Order: sequence, then C-alpha cells, then structure tokens
Amino acid sequence: MAFPDDVKYTAEHEWVRRADRPGVVRVGITQYAQEQLGDVVYVSLPEPGAAVTAGDPFGEVESTKSVSDLFAPVSGSVVARNDALDTQPDLVNSDPYGDGWMVEIEAPDSEGLAAALDGLMDADAYAASVSAP
Amino acid sequence: MTDTPPAQQAPRETPLRAVHEALGANLVDFAGWLMPLRYGSETAEHTAVRERAGLFDLSHMGEISVTGPQAAALLDHALVGHMSAVREGRARYTMICDAAGGVLDDLIVYRLGETEYLVVANAANADVVHAALVERAAGFDATVTDRSAEFALIALQGPKAVEILAPHTDATLDEIKYYAGYRQQVAGRPVMLARTGYTGEDGFEVFCAPADAEHIWSALLAAGEQHGLVPAGLSARDTLRLEAGMPLYGNELSREVTPFEAGLGRVVKFDKEGDFVGRDALLARSKEGPRQRLVGLVARGRRVPRHGYPVLVDGAPAGEVTSGAPSPTLGKPIAMAYVPADAPPDAEYAVDVRGRAEPADRVDLPFYQRAK
Repeated sequence: MAFPDDVKYTAEHEWVRRADRPGVVRVGITQYAQEQLGDVVYVSLPEPGAAVTAGDPFGEVESTKSVSDLFAPVSGSVVARNDALDTQPDLVNSDPYGDGWMVEIEAPDSEGLAAALDGLMDADAYAASVSAP
Repeated sequence: MTDTPPAQQAPRETPLRAVHEALGANLVDFAGWLMPLRYGSETAEHTAVRERAGLFDLSHMGEISVTGPQAAALLDHALVGHMSAVREGRARYTMICDAAGGVLDDLIVYRLGETEYLVVANAANADVVHAALVERAAGFDATVTDRSAEFALIALQGPKAVEILAPHTDATLDEIKYYAGYRQQVAGRPVMLARTGYTGEDGFEVFCAPADAEHIWSALLAAGEQHGLVPAGLSARDTLRLEAGMPLYGNELSREVTPFEAGLGRVVKFDKEGDFVGRDALLARSKEGPRQRLVGLVARGRRVPRHGYPVLVDGAPAGEVTSGAPSPTLGKPIAMAYVPADAPPDAEYAVDVRGRAEPADRVDLPFYQRAK
C-alpha cells in the first residue's frame, strides 16, 4: 500500500493536505481506511460555512457493513465540500487521495494551523501505525 | 474511523484459507472462523451473483449427522419440522427451538437415506445444536455425531450456476430439484451436492472432504470464468440474503423469538406424530398470534438503518432493526425490523439513525425475488 508523503495523517485514518490557498487544508480518508470500509455508498458532509473543531465529528461515511464518523483534523470553517461524492461516493474507494476528497477547511490563523499539522503523523509514522499487529 | 478490537482467540481456518489469500481476500473473524469478507468490491460480488454467478466458501457451517433406526423419529421430536416426511434425497428448511419456543438455530436438514440425515447448522450455533440433539436423543435408537471437521462447503450461486457446474458433474442437474441433495461427484471428487442456497438465486451447495476443497474450488472458478463467475465473500452473502428476505440467526432469529414472530410459522408442524420440544409453547403462540412482526423497510433517504437501530411508528419508538444494508439491487437502503404485530402497515415508519428520524416505507418481504 502506498502512503503519499505530501499529506499528513490522523489516527482516525484521515489525510490532510495544504490547499493552494494559504490557511486552507483539504481532507479525505486514507487508502487503508477505504479498504477497511469496503464500498462507500454515502458520504454525509457539512455545507460551506460550517464550523468544525479538531477531534470532533463533522460528517459520516456509510459503507455496506458500517457507518463511521469523520473527525475534523483541524479546527476552522468549511470552505468547500466535494459535491461529486453526492452522486459518486465510490470515488472514495477509487481515488481516496484525489477525486475522493471530502472537505476543505480554513483555519483561523496560520500559526495555529502549522502547529496542528505538525502534531499529525507523516507517511512513515502512519504506515507504521496501520501495519502494527 | 475506529478500529475493531482484535479477536479474543485465534479464529479457525477453512481448508481454503490460502486460496482466499492468493485471491486478495479481506479475511475477518466471523463466528470464530477466519472467513473472506470480500475479495474486491462487495457490491460487484453481489451483482455478479444476481446476474451471473458467485462462488462462496461456507466451510464454517456446522454439519451434524443423525443416523440409526430412529433417526427420523428423533428429528421429529427434536426439531419443529416433520422430518420423517422428508423423502430420501430431499432437504427441508427447519428450526430447533427450546421448550419455550425460542429459536436455538435455523437449519437445513438433508435426508441422505432411510436412516441417515445431515443437519446443517450455523457456525456460531453448531455446538449448541449438537449438544441439544445429543440430549434430545436420549431414549431414541439414533446416533448424533458432529461431523463439521469432515466437511468443507462450497456454494455456487447465481443464474449461471447450472451452466458452470454441468460439465463438471455426472449429475443431471435439471433433475435436481430445489431443496434436494444427493451423493454425486463434482470435478471427479465425491461430494454431497445440494440445490440449496442463501442468496435468492438458483444454485448449489457442494459438501466435500476438506482435502478436496481446493481442487473443487479451483475447478469451478476456472469453469466459471467465461460465465463471469467471481469469488464472493460474506459481505455479499449478507446483502443477498437480506434482499431475499432470509433471516440470519443473531439478527432476525434468537431465543427471544419464536418462528411465528419471524413470519416463519409455516416451518412448525403440529400435525406430526408425537410430541416435540417447544410444542406447547409454540401452539399457544400460534393461537394467540405473534407479538411482533418481521417487516421490510425501504429508507427514503440515503442513511442506512442498521442492526439495533430503533424503529419509530407514527413518531414513537416501537421496534428495532434486525438487519440493514444498502441494497445493490434496489439502489436504496433496506432493512428488516421487528415491530408490534398490531402496527398498521400504512402508519408512518421511520428509523432512528444515530439520533435523526429517517423516514422509511414498510414493504412486504422479500425485497427481491428472482424471475422463475
């Protein structure tokens, strides 16, 4: 399994990537997560403008066998949601780090965001965490 | 995302474990067995079974033989069905209940000979069923033997099943009726070949020696390739049986319900000779009518009702979802649920999906029935 090194990872199997716009990050779930879930049939995402708090649920992802909360990796406000998932939730399975992204979150201050991202796992640490017995 | 806790004990392995791994299966602990949950997309596996065919490893199922001059009489006493009326070579769906009428397991019983039956139990209940049969065999000239370790079980299910199997067996498949089972050969190996299944499709179940399982599996998989056969896991099996309105023990069936609540009162045969375990309680329940009813729900939204979620009837909590999943065939979430027997079908139904009432339509079961 490949672990892209241009994203940071959470213990809840989300990835976080800095967007082009300063202070904004894009969030999705990892390849490992989508493999564990199986076919994703529905993703519930907040509308732009919604406030999210690091560590709190902001949405849910439904697969054949289960429903899982999505946890915000950083605090801020939602500035974009991936509307394509409304009709093609399987993008989460086929392209979890690309077209299967979920939301973009704008953090209130850049220093706080940098600190929050520093607190997340890099590719090596995440790879080790999911391969642990 | 939260991780599931690791299993307490190392699960048992079927003779096909290495085959599943080579096929890239996601293996999970199910009822104490390491079983393939899916090989790739479970939705694609589900669709393959509906449209073409799927191959399942069901070696976790329990097989218990009942033999002897009074094998038939014992089973008439121990089970709710009329097993002495089953003809040789035929099978019957039935249940084993406790004295209060609660369901201990649902079973398929094959009559292999005048004095020989094979009882197929759910993996999680195999020990319970074996113990109950041994206990109920007291006073009968019959022998109950747990033969689970002597059988692997491979199911070939789907509209292409006959075409795929025919060149690999001497059996004349057109003459094998639904719910029949015979000793035959498949891929040159001795098997018990049965026309049964748990998917709502035509198909076969092949009981074989564990040592022959890999040979038979590989032969069928190769034979089915040109017909679009795919290996299918327990995830697809669950959505297939749910669409077909078939109960799963631990979900729709338990000691807390009788066959009448599950809408399966027809399996209880009061007109057979002699007493049977649970008869008085079941007779009373059949007269007073079931307290709950198993119904189908189709969600109007996209959030999926799941096992244990409360069901609201006209806004008030009144029942519980027993099984729920996104239905690949209907393209909507579906569920089976127990509701009070007097809940009107035209009431407003909803499922409490994690704190929000999601409207649903009550429908007759099954959700899906194949064209005959």
